[in-house]
Amino acid sequence: VSITGACQAIQKLTRVRVVDNSTLGNTPYHRPPKCIHVYNKTGVGKVGDKILLAIKGEKKKALIVGHKMPGPSMTPRFDSNNVVLIEDNGNPVGTRIKTPIPYILRRRGEYSKVLAIARNFV
Amino acid sequence: RVNSDGKPAKFQPPPKPVIIDKQKQREERRFLSPEFIPPRGRTDPLKFYIERKDMIQRRKVFSIPEFCVGHILAVTTADPYANDKASRFVGICIQRGGKGLGATFVLRNVIEDQGVEICYELYNPRIQAIEVLKLEKRLDDNLMYLRDALPEYSTFDVNMKPVSRLDHEEIPVNKLQVRMKPKPWSKRWERPKYNIKGIKFELPGKKMKEAQKWSQPWLEFDMLREYDTSKIEEKIWKEVSEELKK
Repeated sequence: VSITGACQAIQKLTRVRVVDNSTLGNTPYHRPPKCIHVYNKTGVGKVGDKILLAIKGEKKKALIVGHKMPGPSMTPRFDSNNVVLIEDNGNPVGTRIKTPIPYILRRRGEYSKVLAIARNFV
Repeated sequence: RVNSDGKPAKFQPPPKPVIIDKQKQREERRFLSPEFIPPRGRTDPLKFYIERKDMIQRRKVFSIPEFCVGHILAVTTADPYANDKASRFVGICIQRGGKGLGATFVLRNVIEDQGVEICYELYNPRIQAIEVLKLEKRLDDNLMYLRDALPEYSTFDVNMKPVSRLDHEEIPVNKLQVRMKPKPWSKRWERPKYNIKGIKFELPGKKMKEAQKWSQPWLEFDMLREYDTSKIEEKIWKEVSEELKK
């Protein structure tokens, strides 16, 4: 009998892809960045949730910008789990985000700084 | 008439004259959107009739062009969170699902090396415009394998201009054989249950033979699975075309 949780969007131990141009996210390391904790009532993170990442042996908070799991209709579904590194106060670490970001992130006003560095929107 | 041997040749009747009526050919081309056809089941046809009335009502207000899987579309939706309140997405239609008012279609495109798919609802009032940029049918009804294909096959220019079509008759079929990324894939597309003709399988012959183990050749002869939609389609086509002409 398998006890593994059902395939949900982003939860503990999911490998994610850092999408901004920060040095932490882009320098190669022998282990991919993994999620350690999701700041949510349920342990499942969707677009717009904060998570804790383990990158290069360090802990860093990050914001989910897109996941592989299909969400509500009319929202985009990406081919990889995308994440943007963030400080504790919400300021993004990188300076540019090339990959497309869904418009739904604008709903919460606390991510306006992340959206300001984003180039493409979907 | 004598053969080269010297024996009398067999009588061959003259070929029948083929009359091509161009007017009739133009009328014959009709396209009924697949979401109008009710699924097989025991529900009351009244439910489908009411849904069709609502669908026709929506189509009178907002014209939905006829498109198939494989066409390249541009959809503008109203978004409260976007600049200009409207967002435009260009992509290839990989599948059309759902029946009735909940009919959906999935558009796929690769932007900045990131594959994006959006599932749009045809009858959602947030959709402001649907334009068909390129009419092109593919060999399959379901192009979900493009997720495991090389990204060049799913990239389409966002500012692509609509390709003009001269004939109002045939939709060209693109017999493109797509090359895939190395395995593992999200689904085992080589298996006969998916019946995909648009992939160039570079797998060794052993794997292809092994995949044929899962073939179910009795399925096409199963009489309980038959669902003949020709008569239902005729009725619905008449109903829909009459209502839309008003």
